[in-house]
Amino acid sequence: MSIIKADNLNYDYLEYGEDGEKPEITHAVRDVNLKIKEGQFIAILGHNGSGKSTLAKHMNALLVPTGGTMWVDQMDTHEDDEVWDIRQRAGMVFQNPDNQIVSSVVEEDVGFGPENLGVPTDEIWKRVDDSLRKTGMIAYRHHSPNKLSGGQKQRVAIAGVMAMKPKCIIMDEPTAMLDPNGRHEVIQAVRDLNKSEGVTVILITHYMEEVIYADNVFVMDEGRLVMQGTPREIFSHVDELHELRLDVPHVTQLAHALRLKGLDIPEGILSIDEFVDAIMKIRDGGAVSDERKQALGENPEERENKADRENPSLT
Amino acid sequence: MFKDITIGQYYPADSLIHKLDPRVKFVGTLIYIISLFVFHTWGYVLGTVFLFSVIRLSKVPLGFMLRGLKAIWILLIFTMVLNLFLTQGTVVWQFGILHITREGIGTAAKMGIRLVYLIIGCSIMTLTTTPNKLTDAMESLFRPLRKVHVPVHEIAMMMSIALRFIPILMEETDKIKKAQMARGADFESGNVIQRVKAMVPILVPLFVSAFRRANDLALAMEARCYHGGDGRTQMRPLVYQSRDLAAYAVLLAYLAAAIVLRAVLHW
Repeated sequence: MSIIKADNLNYDYLEYGEDGEKPEITHAVRDVNLKIKEGQFIAILGHNGSGKSTLAKHMNALLVPTGGTMWVDQMDTHEDDEVWDIRQRAGMVFQNPDNQIVSSVVEEDVGFGPENLGVPTDEIWKRVDDSLRKTGMIAYRHHSPNKLSGGQKQRVAIAGVMAMKPKCIIMDEPTAMLDPNGRHEVIQAVRDLNKSEGVTVILITHYMEEVIYADNVFVMDEGRLVMQGTPREIFSHVDELHELRLDVPHVTQLAHALRLKGLDIPEGILSIDEFVDAIMKIRDGGAVSDERKQALGENPEERENKADRENPSLT
Repeated sequence: MFKDITIGQYYPADSLIHKLDPRVKFVGTLIYIISLFVFHTWGYVLGTVFLFSVIRLSKVPLGFMLRGLKAIWILLIFTMVLNLFLTQGTVVWQFGILHITREGIGTAAKMGIRLVYLIIGCSIMTLTTTPNKLTDAMESLFRPLRKVHVPVHEIAMMMSIALRFIPILMEETDKIKKAQMARGADFESGNVIQRVKAMVPILVPLFVSAFRRANDLALAMEARCYHGGDGRTQMRPLVYQSRDLAAYAVLLAYLAAAIVLRAVLHW
């Protein structure tokens, strides 16, 4: 059963120029069809202005499509009566950690969502405890959000969404303003929630390293859904991704470059371990044609040295 | 430059006054202010005794209480001088057109005491109550005003959000200031007008960013199902304990004593 389903989704808005000239119609999202199954970890990729954030706002009924339909847990976002139900089922975490925390105490902020839903006081406290524990922020419950790091603030925001007991969390570039440590912290927290709680996660990002954990990846460009598949399938198309102004993980890039040089490495390598395996296979007498030998260097030792240089962990 | 601004200077301590319901403290402060204007002469002794017993109970050092006076000392001297020289009555000292009267001395002293006690009284409330609790108290006390369409919940929400964003905007001001200084802006020299003008390049980006933040926050609140005060439950509902009722009784007795002193005994 799909938790989120878009049917020919379109979203246009008028863009007004600075000197009152005629407004132009901008097609932010065009003819998007997608289905997201419950419990999946989904990543949506795209460079700036590709319409990925606009699409995300549709999943929370913050925006209503100008054409087509968006279904969230079988509810049509066009229906005004169901807006609050939709927002409870599909929680949203935004980019700027400061601008989404409402209260000056961590635990009160986590309680903000349940308060809005009219949950009884005792139950609010239970949910607050529970979600702070799940995001590993229980030790900071009495702190002021201003004293936390960016990654911790985002985890508070995630806890705030979890306290509403959503079926799905939409994260709109949650790591864009964080340092590498904070990024890792936040991604780890969502992956845990996805695994242990079975919450559907929709991660919008332009960091490729975060995408490799996803069950399914959607790539957007100019408002259209241009690619769709598992991370391995997506990253097998390195050149297409470059055309869409997207980077691929460094290992994938390296494997792709070696493959172009004639080395027998499969497409879509995602991790260093996989890369090492592939190289090992070649060293242990994988079939290398004469032609490729020439491309790589004359004798096997030289080839091995090359592989060693590429990946020091091999030795 | 912005470090001096303190709003809600809460002094954490474990005292009876800290534990009281914020509504009691709010009403108590109001009653105290009224009593200050009821007192005529000897009533001030009662006011002083009451004030110092509460300070004692609150376990907040007296120095903290007096800190609040720094902000108003110009106003205090201004009021006292005006009262001293402009009150008509029996002249005790004269120099040209300036004259001091017996009544003038009395009024000036009274106004001085009133202002000082008023500030200390309010300080007790802000020092022993967190800003969030104060906001809750106001929301709860003014709830009847909703009948006349005063958006009580919304005002309280605005206050608590303002409290949350004050430190963030301060930090941002500092950043913008440093960025402008790095590009050669000068905030230190020149006369008052030049310095005020120099603030414009700080304020414009600050306002732009404040609006952006407001927009983001509104979106985030809507995403978390915020739709005003209706149908909302509270995480920490305010419930009166027996000590709060006792405090109300003490306050009423105090107010009654103040009125009796003035109206019956004419002290």
